[in-house]
Parts: sequence; structure tokens; C-alpha cells
Amino acid sequence: MEENEVVWLQANQLSCIRDDRVLFEGLSFELGAGKILLLEGKNGSGKTSLLRILCGFREPDMGELLWGGDAINDSQYQTDMAYVGHLDGVKKELTVFENLKVSLALGRPGRYSIIDALDRVNLANYDDVLVQALSAGQKRRLSLARLLITENKLWILDEPFTSLDKQGIALIETLMIEHCARGGMIVLTSHHDIELHNVAVQRINLS
Amino acid sequence: MSLSNAFFAIIKRDLVLALRRRSEIANPILFFVLVITLFPLGIGAQPHLLQTIAPGIIWVSALLASMLSLDSLFRSDFDDGSLEQILLSSYPASILVLGKVIAHWLVTGLPLLIVAPLLAVFLGMPSHSLGILLLTLLLGTPVLSLIGAIGVALTVGLRRGGMILSLLVLPLYVPVLIFASNAVEIASTGLPVSAQINILISILVMAVVLAPWPTAAALKMSIN
Repeated sequence: MEENEVVWLQANQLSCIRDDRVLFEGLSFELGAGKILLLEGKNGSGKTSLLRILCGFREPDMGELLWGGDAINDSQYQTDMAYVGHLDGVKKELTVFENLKVSLALGRPGRYSIIDALDRVNLANYDDVLVQALSAGQKRRLSLARLLITENKLWILDEPFTSLDKQGIALIETLMIEHCARGGMIVLTSHHDIELHNVAVQRINLS
Repeated sequence: MSLSNAFFAIIKRDLVLALRRRSEIANPILFFVLVITLFPLGIGAQPHLLQTIAPGIIWVSALLASMLSLDSLFRSDFDDGSLEQILLSSYPASILVLGKVIAHWLVTGLPLLIVAPLLAVFLGMPSHSLGILLLTLLLGTPVLSLIGAIGVALTVGLRRGGMILSLLVLPLYVPVLIFASNAVEIASTGLPVSAQINILISILVMAVVLAPWPTAAALKMSIN
């Protein structure tokens, strides 16, 4: 348990200003191995903006973000982090397998092979299907399968449960618990209240 | 090793995508052929005039065809979120972007090279300048794609960026147009054109080395 206390992600006094409106300021938090951070708040309260700052797409207007003690601009953070946004990030003209192959080439190979990962997210036998033939929930599961085939310590998930059915949600929760049990970390936004066994969920309310 | 894997995976992905969306490849090449075939009809029975302006016609059409195809370079990746995933990769974004530009040139620039000799004959260009025409297209059209990529990267976040894109990119296309069409023109008189070719080569080398960085930086700004 000793090493689980290590703080990986550290935010100091983050502020985000959009169109002269202060979304949040003075936001500080820490995230250690095996922990989940759930961002809550009304629509427009800056949840997605915060996630995009965590991804490095946006610079915080004030404050700093540290990963393992170093600023997140260094390439180690890019290797350790994976993002699934509200856009699925899959090409509809490619097959399920081709999409994951590209993701695999762009990242570091992880625990699961492509076929195993598809099996895990209940998309076995869909590997030759064009993505445009999939339902919204299946696409979502495909974009989450990306997290399994690459090796990433930190998952950043923007509304991961959108368009998933009950089994889909249960499945993703299981995957999240497994990820945390292996020392991974997750930052997510969700309207859906999550209840996870044996995992400490920190909550930040942005509104 | 795995950087080259990622680089070739991007090229392969974009080629497969282009194959499955054939109309996007067909558009620029159809435009190129149509514009050039309309010139003789518009000018009338003046073979000498046509022969004189043939290098200019072919190059201007190639330039416009290349600009027409630019928007498809990052648009669909931007719309479906794949661009975010590419930029989040731990590999240098500029290299991956270069892969995308190369794939784009293979499907939009290379076909122009294949039909250009036919159209040149159609305009009555002397056969000894065909080689130089092909050489200038081979050296020039990749530059158009590389420079154009910077412009598209800057405007991909705007819903109607087409107008701004042409204003941004056209002035930068001018040197290529001048040296390339001049080389073909001089070649048809039988004079050596190594100076123009050397300049085109140096422009190409500079574009390959320098253009991917601002493109990647502009893309990062656009997805913000």
C-alpha cells in the first residue's frame, strides 16, 4: 500500500477564464495512484475545459499542473495519459480493427491485444465491421477499448457513460476498478453517479 | 522504430480512407482536366497562342486544383475527434502531420502528374518540354500541399474558413508558380532550366523540413 500513496497528478491554483467569464479559479487537487477524481457541476461550469487543460490542449490561465513532480509539457506525461472525449475519435469509414490498429501504432502497446480488448468490451466478432454500421453505444465502447490496448497510467474521460446501456455502464465501471487496482488513475466527468467497490472516489464540485 | 511505425500507420490509414471516399480524390483531378480542356474552346483556333500559354494554364490549374483539395486534409479528423487523438500521441505531432500531408499529396497531387502529359499534348506543348513539366509538377505540387497544410491547420476550426484559406495560402504559392511555369516555358525554347529546377528543389526541401512544425502548432491551437 505504501507506493499507492504517491501523488502523481498535482494541480496548483488552476484558473480558467473563457470569454471574460471566470469558470473556476484557485482550484487545487492531488491525485495518487489507484484513485479516481470525479468532476461534478452544472452544464457550462468548466468541467470539459478542466479536462482539456489536463490533456494539455489548453493552457490554464493561472496555476500549474505537475505530473510526478514535473510540468506536464514534458513528453512523459503524454505517454502516460489517454483521453476519451465526447467525440469518439474513430473513423467511420474504417473497420473496428483498423481503427484500433492506428490507435495502437500511436501509443505504447498495453495489456490487451486488439482482439482481447474487443472481447472485453463485448465487441468480439465486430472486428471487420465498418464503424459507421455500429450503434452509438457500440462506438463508445470501441473508443473505450482504445484505453485497453495502450498502456496509460492516467485515463481522462469526458462523460464516458453517454449512450451506454446498463450493461455497458457496468462494464466500464468494472474496467475502471481494474485500472485502479493496477495503480492507474482516472479523472472523469459524469452526470451518472458512480459507485465503485474498493476505490476511493474524490469529488470536486465546480459550480 | 515505433515512430516510423506510427508515421506509416497514419499514411496507410489516410490512403485507405481516401480509397473508401473516392469522390474526394476525383474532385480535384476532374477540376484540373475540365479547366484545361475549356481553354482551347475559349481561345479558339489559335494553336500558337495556346502553345505559348500552355505552361501557365497547366500550372495555374494545378495550383487551383491543389487548393480545392486542401480542405479535406484535416476536416474529417477535426470533426470526429481523431485529430485530438493524433495530437495526444507521444510521438512528435509534426512527424505525424507530415505523414498526413504525404498521404494527401499521394491522392491529390500524384494523379495530376499522371494526367498532365495528356493535357500538355492536348494544348500542343512541344514534346521535349514534357519531361520538364512533369519534373516541375513532381517538385512543385508537394510544396503546395505542405504550405497549404499550414493554412488549413489555421482555419480548420472556423466553420467557413475557405475564403481566408485562399487569402492566406495563395501569396505563398506564387514563387512556386513563377519558377515552375517559367521553367516549362524556357524548356520549350530548348534552353537549359537547371537554375529554376534547383530553386524548386530547394523550396521543396525547405517546405518538407519547415512546414510540419507550424502546421502541428496551428492544429494544437485549432482544437483548443
